[in-house]
Amino acid sequence: MDADLLVSFLTSAVRVATPLLLAALGETLAERGGVINLGIEGVMLAGALAAAIGSTAGGPWAGTFASAATGALLSLGFGLIAVAAGANQIITGTAVTLGAVGATGAVYREVYGSGGVGLSLPTFRVVPIPGLDRIPLLGPALFEQSILSYLGYVAVPAIWFLLFRTRWGLALRAAGESVEAATAAGVRVKRVRIIALTLGGMFAGIAGASLVLAQVGTFAEKMTAGRGFMAVAIVVLGGWRPGRVAWAALFFGGAMALQFLFQSMLLNVPYQLFLMLPYLLTLLVLVGAVGRVRSPAELGRG
Amino acid sequence: MRVERFLPLVAAVLAGIAVLAVTLLATGHDPIIAMGAMWRGAFGSWDTILSAVLPRSIPLIIIGLGIGLAFRAGALNIGAEGQFYAGAIAATWAGLHLNGWPAPLAIAALLITSILAGVVWVAVPVLLRVRFGVLEVISTLLLNFVADALVSWMVQGPLQEAKRIYPQSDPIAVSARLPQVPGTRLHLGLLLAVVLALGLWLIYRRTLWGFQLRATGAGPLAARIAGRIDTNRMIATALLLSGAIAGLAGGTEVSGVSYALFQSLSPGYGFTGIAVALLARLDPLGTLATGLLFGALEAGAGGLQREAGVPAVLVYLIEAVIIIVVLLSDAFARRRSDGRF
Repeated sequence: MDADLLVSFLTSAVRVATPLLLAALGETLAERGGVINLGIEGVMLAGALAAAIGSTAGGPWAGTFASAATGALLSLGFGLIAVAAGANQIITGTAVTLGAVGATGAVYREVYGSGGVGLSLPTFRVVPIPGLDRIPLLGPALFEQSILSYLGYVAVPAIWFLLFRTRWGLALRAAGESVEAATAAGVRVKRVRIIALTLGGMFAGIAGASLVLAQVGTFAEKMTAGRGFMAVAIVVLGGWRPGRVAWAALFFGGAMALQFLFQSMLLNVPYQLFLMLPYLLTLLVLVGAVGRVRSPAELGRG
Repeated sequence: MRVERFLPLVAAVLAGIAVLAVTLLATGHDPIIAMGAMWRGAFGSWDTILSAVLPRSIPLIIIGLGIGLAFRAGALNIGAEGQFYAGAIAATWAGLHLNGWPAPLAIAALLITSILAGVVWVAVPVLLRVRFGVLEVISTLLLNFVADALVSWMVQGPLQEAKRIYPQSDPIAVSARLPQVPGTRLHLGLLLAVVLALGLWLIYRRTLWGFQLRATGAGPLAARIAGRIDTNRMIATALLLSGAIAGLAGGTEVSGVSYALFQSLSPGYGFTGIAVALLARLDPLGTLATGLLFGALEAGAGGLQREAGVPAVLVYLIEAVIIIVVLLSDAFARRRSDGRF
């Protein structure tokens, strides 16, 4: 394999990994607080549509803010149902995703018509970072990306800091480990969880924006195609730590980018096998990860 | 059964309709006209009832029964969509090889193949859960996407029609097709769904196994210690049966409606089935009713799109509202009585 092909593979791996990374970081916040948000798939999808509409109206930045606001609001809604009212988290998440599929489908056809013609949106350009993009192989892959990828890079240490170096992060992790102990220590468990969900939802919304504005360039119904669920698996693989979550996201980005690589190598293998690959890898990885890493003790208990 | 148990369900459906009305208003449609179109799409004539509502309800009821079975044991099978597709692929493959078989045998062979495929598809999550402790929620969910890609490959590869133009299979053998009520699209699958519901109802009501299933779901620890129930085994069995039933739904859909495999054969039956089961409180006879309700909703959504130009996908938003209202009312009821789900 020649170097050009490798560079283009790595570049697309990072580009494809960006929405996964942003969504997984958001889910890390939720799960550190003990809440599993399967609605993240729907939040991403809603963020993607908000990004498309916002970008049509006022350019990519407007789209990004719209997606962040939509993601935060929708996850706040999830939090009110699953945390404040205490409904089953898994089923609430499934309902949020189902509702997002319905709402985005209807709004999309209402706004753009049902012609099915590819929609062309104002998108983020690739912004090379001078100097760093000269590094062989990794330079172009990591530093010739859109601004949203760079946002993902910055978010990794930021979320780490938030979780492990602030009082709020300590309170959140306490809520994720033992509701009783956290409550005894004066943590308002429901409140801290809902804030984490809302903040995480903002990231999931932006993840949808990065899919639309920095990767695909258009919106299509159900376009997230399970990336939100993949993000949930990435969090497990990353052991609920932002740094490892970033590696895990990159690994998945690589698995998804493989199909472009193999298509360009004209291998005589049905392309659908590569569509399956990331999901099968996720399963494999979960088998390896469970038991090796410890999940927050209160995860999913409600 | 007490009447007030069903008040939240009525409230949920009303809330769903209210959200629909608000959405219609917000998007500039006249809700009265649009809902009229929806009503006519479902209950406008005997033909819409027999050819749209009932055939649409059949897979929803069957899948809802399967999901309800798993949920009773506390196993959250979110992968009925994938198990349905596994069943549909296997049923199509079988149906293409059954030429010359007598009809009852051909139909039985096709349905059994689809059931086995559903079992195989859910066996992976079962194994992962029992052996490695991987949550079935995530594994069943992920396999939905694998099944989707598998269907796409099948209809463009091994099972593609002979001319190799369209992404679909050839029609299955005539003898492997479920009989229909003449002049309508209502097929024998409805009877199958009713029999299955009655059978499960009896099992839940009258057998020790049915009780153990419920006990496992209500509190695995208590079931294990106080009831001496092998909860792992209960959960595995429940998941396998639930996959079998979802696979069967794929079989009846191919054998009774589509006669062929193609992509998007299921408009999300596996997810709607969750709402169907939950709304019925996991009760098999209730599932018959909620399956009909959602079949009518989706048939009505078809009318909504044809007559009023409102996108039919909106129906998923309504379903989501219904699920959430039921969840919320359960949560508040629990808070009042301080029991656990």
